[in-house]
Order: sequence, then C-alpha cells, then structure tokens
Amino acid sequence: MPIIVVENLLRRFNNLVAVNEISFTVEKGEIFGFLGPNGAGKSTTIQMLATLLRPTAGRALINGHDTVKEQYAVRRSIGIVFQDPTLDGNLTALENLDFHARLYGVEKSVLAARRAELLQMVELAERGRDLVKYFSGGMKRRLEIARGLLHHPAVLFLDEPTVGLDPQTRSHIWNYIRDLREKEEITIFLTTHYMDEAENCDRIAIIDHGRIVALDTPSGLKQMVGRDVINLTGRNIDRLAAEIEARFGIRGKQLDGELQLEIDRGELFIPRLLSEVGSAVESVNLRKPTLDDVFLKLTGRAIREESAGSAELMRMMMRRRRGR
Amino acid sequence: MKNLKAVYTIWLRDLIRFFRERNRIIGMLGQPLLYLLIMGNGFSASFRLPYTPPGFSYLQFMYPGVIGMSVLFTAVFSAISIVWDREFGFLKEVLVAPVPRWTVAIGKTLGGSTVAMIQGAILLIMAPLVGVHLSAVAALEILGILFLIAFALTSLGITIASRMETMEGFQMIMNFLIMPLFFLSGALFPLRGTAAWMSTLMKVDPLTYGVDALRHVFFGASSLRAVLVQFPIHLDLLVVAGMALVFVVAGTAMFNRQS
Repeated sequence: MPIIVVENLLRRFNNLVAVNEISFTVEKGEIFGFLGPNGAGKSTTIQMLATLLRPTAGRALINGHDTVKEQYAVRRSIGIVFQDPTLDGNLTALENLDFHARLYGVEKSVLAARRAELLQMVELAERGRDLVKYFSGGMKRRLEIARGLLHHPAVLFLDEPTVGLDPQTRSHIWNYIRDLREKEEITIFLTTHYMDEAENCDRIAIIDHGRIVALDTPSGLKQMVGRDVINLTGRNIDRLAAEIEARFGIRGKQLDGELQLEIDRGELFIPRLLSEVGSAVESVNLRKPTLDDVFLKLTGRAIREESAGSAELMRMMMRRRRGR
Repeated sequence: MKNLKAVYTIWLRDLIRFFRERNRIIGMLGQPLLYLLIMGNGFSASFRLPYTPPGFSYLQFMYPGVIGMSVLFTAVFSAISIVWDREFGFLKEVLVAPVPRWTVAIGKTLGGSTVAMIQGAILLIMAPLVGVHLSAVAALEILGILFLIAFALTSLGITIASRMETMEGFQMIMNFLIMPLFFLSGALFPLRGTAAWMSTLMKVDPLTYGVDALRHVFFGASSLRAVLVQFPIHLDLLVVAGMALVFVVAGTAMFNRQS
C-alpha cells in the first residue's frame, strides 16, 4: 500500500481552481517532488495533505488515514516544514523542540536522546540553549527539519525547503534530506521551483495551473523531450559525417558547420566515437536534456527563476491574503 | 489527559516567554505606576471623593481600579499575541499539531490569565505604600478575583484575536473597546453620582463588577465599604464569571473556526 494516495483532489477558492483533480501515489521511502512555478498549486496541495485545508472534492490518504476523517492520525503521521519559519524566536532551540514533543506526545524517556541526535544531524548541537531569534535563515530551516522529525513521522513534508537560502546552505539541506531516507526510513514529499533540486528526487510530478502535467523519474521525464545531442566540429565535416555513418550507422545533421548527432546515453558513446574517428574531431559538445526542457515542452514556457526578493514579497502578500 | 498536556504546553510557553521578557514586565508595570504615582497623588491633593471622611485619599480609592486596569491590559495583550504568532508563523506549528483546537484556545486563555494575575500580584505588593492594609486571606481572595477577571478578559481578547489577521486593527480595538472598558469600569471615579447615560454604560461594562469585587475585599473591613462599593459581592462575581463563561465559549469557537 502506497504511503500517500491522492485521488481526484480538487480545491477551489471562490472561482479560482487552485488544485484541479490531481491523482497520484507515493511509495514508502521515496523522495517525491512537486515541481512547478509559484502559484501552480503546490502549497495548496501540501496544505490539504497536512489537513490544514479541506479539499473541495476528492480525497487523500496518508499512512492509510483519510486527511479529512482522521485528521489527528494523519497529523501524527507527518512532519512538516513550511515555506516560512514557524519557530518561536523567543524560545531557545531546545524549548522549541520540547514544545513540539509535548504537543505530539513524544515520551519523556526518549526525548532527550532524540533531541540530541537530531540537533547533531542538523549541526546545531552547540546552539540548543540559544534563542532562535538570533539564528540565521539556514539555521532556522535546519532546526525546523529537526523539529519535524522529532516524533518519528512516516512522511516529512518540505514546502520549498531551500527558498531564500544561499547555495551552500541549500546543498547542505539536500545532504540532510538524502541522509534522512537512509537513517529514518522516511518518505519525503517536497515542493520546489528549482529545477536543479528536483533532480534529487526519485520521482517528480510537474504541476502547472493546478494540474499534474507529467509524473516520472527525472531521467524518464527527460526522455520525453528527446535524446542526448552531441555536436562535433572537425576539419572536414563531410568526411567525418560519412565515416560516422559507415562505422556506427548514425546519420548526423550538419548545422552551422557542426555535425549534430542525436543519441541515447551520449556520455557512453563519446569514448567509442573518439577511439574510432578521434583524429578527425576537433571538439565535442554533449548536451543532455534538462528538466527545464521538459517543463518548456509540457507547458510552453520556462519556469522563471524569480529573484528571491520579489518571490519572497509575493509569498508574504499571498500569506496575508490567504489568512484574511 | 493528552488534551490536558496540550493545554499545559501552550500555557507553559506563555509563562516562559513572560518571565524571559523582563522589559515587558517593566513596561506593563510602568503604566499603572504612572497612574498611581502621578495621577493618584495629584488628584489626592486636589479632590476628595464625596461621601468619604477626611483622611481617605483618592489614591486609596483608585488603587484597586489601577490593579484592575493592569489586569485588563495584560490580559488583552496576551490574547492578542495570537495575532503575532500568526504573523510570525508560529501559529501554524500549533494548528498542524495532533491536538484539538480548543486545547490551544484554553491553554492560551489560562496562560494570559496567569500572566495578568502575576502582574496584578506585583502591584499588590505596593499596598502598604498607598495606605491600604490587607490580611493574607484578603490578598489570596484578591488573587482569586484577579484570576477570574483576567480569565474573562483574556477570553474576550482571544475572541477578538481569532478574527484579526494583522496588528493593523489593534489601535482601533484599543481605542474603541479596551479604553472605554477601562474608563467606564469605575476604576478612576465612582459610579455613584454620574449622569444617567454614563451610569447606564458603566453598569453594562463587565469590568465594573470586577473592580467592584476587588473593592469589596480591599475595603471589606473598613466602615467605608458601604460607600465605596456599588453592588453585592455575589452579583459582582456572578457577572464576571458569566462574562468569563460567555467569552471562553465564544473565543474557543472563533479560534476553532479560523483556518
């Protein structure tokens, strides 16, 4: 039985359909990514899965529990790290963890060891007694990840876990996420609008305008757009083309004085190519399809990488409006 | 049992935060002290309350009222902190936890009440300085009444805060609800002898009964009691308890309904 089952989930805000009848399942132990531009319906979906928002129609099961009928069972099964920090800055890191532990009924006998283990993992062991308001954005995010794991959830939700963080901290966070799956046997459901981050997921659902437009492994998605492309230059392009066709049975295309080959697994082909016709080749360029290409093909536009500033501002406005 | 623990968790957080923010304690004490030291002493020098014998100062009359004021402000501020929690995101951590919403509302109400009662207790220590003498039993009774008043007012605050998204509306609530509640409560002047329209408003203000209950205990032993209090003590307590009940139900219901 999959750990997350979503069936025809729909959410409407007045006339706006934020999430439009999406269905998917997530297997235990997967890192499952929701990729899409801001406003595509990622956060709305997470909020419905986390029982914070009632679906207009459809249903979702987490760890076998219905998110509407068995709210508390679902809430005990999940840990969640929201886009914006949800820590109490006037409490210390340990106090924030203790607060969480009490609300989630974590046994006192195991709490101290669990707290220490998690703070160690997110490299905050020395900062336990410091007030959270003096923490940097990256430290806060790490503490929130630790807090989300405190009660041994079956699924950890991460809503844009690296937004607003510097590249170094981002890669750090990703190390924790990958470690987690091994250490905690946990399923991770995350949303992102960073293509490079989505690559880290086992499977990705691409969401646009509230619909899932594709769902596959990163390499599976990339195969949708086409094969790898190798561009070659050489002194005599015509002879090179003829030679390659004769030896490998691949007919290339000549473009702007370059020879272009379309092929699967280009990185394996290049050594063979060079060992046979290497003397005739001046330069080789391999281009593999990216998730950007996939998104472009599926939606007709690129995911725009907004500057952090305006994205943040937007989110704050949205948050205020949502709450109202 | 589990729910009780959730209530305790929310309550404990408010107390930890209260004792950590010394500036807030000092700030919250500053206002009543200003009222007592400057306004109280100033008025005492110029005015004498009708029906009271010479030697009874305005300061003594005002003292229970100022304690009531301190409880009013502290209780409402504590409740309004829900709005801060919402703005700073912390409320989400609470709302997604596997505990019923009412435990959060009740925990918050008890937290605010406790903090407000402690503020009142700190002011109570000054009693000898303003010429009011209290027995230990009276002091305990006062703490009990303060807690009841604080509970009612924090519940009122939660009812309001559950509907507030940002702190922008706070000034409005301050000017059109909290200050009138305070001014009409009889904290600064007696109900007796005011114009009919005002005395009606004062009788509608639930805080009037809270302050009146405090005066019952403060002046219980004195011959002035009959002059200084307006209503029987059981009516006072009944009104405050009624207000507490109404608003704790309303506040919890409102808090439940928010998304």
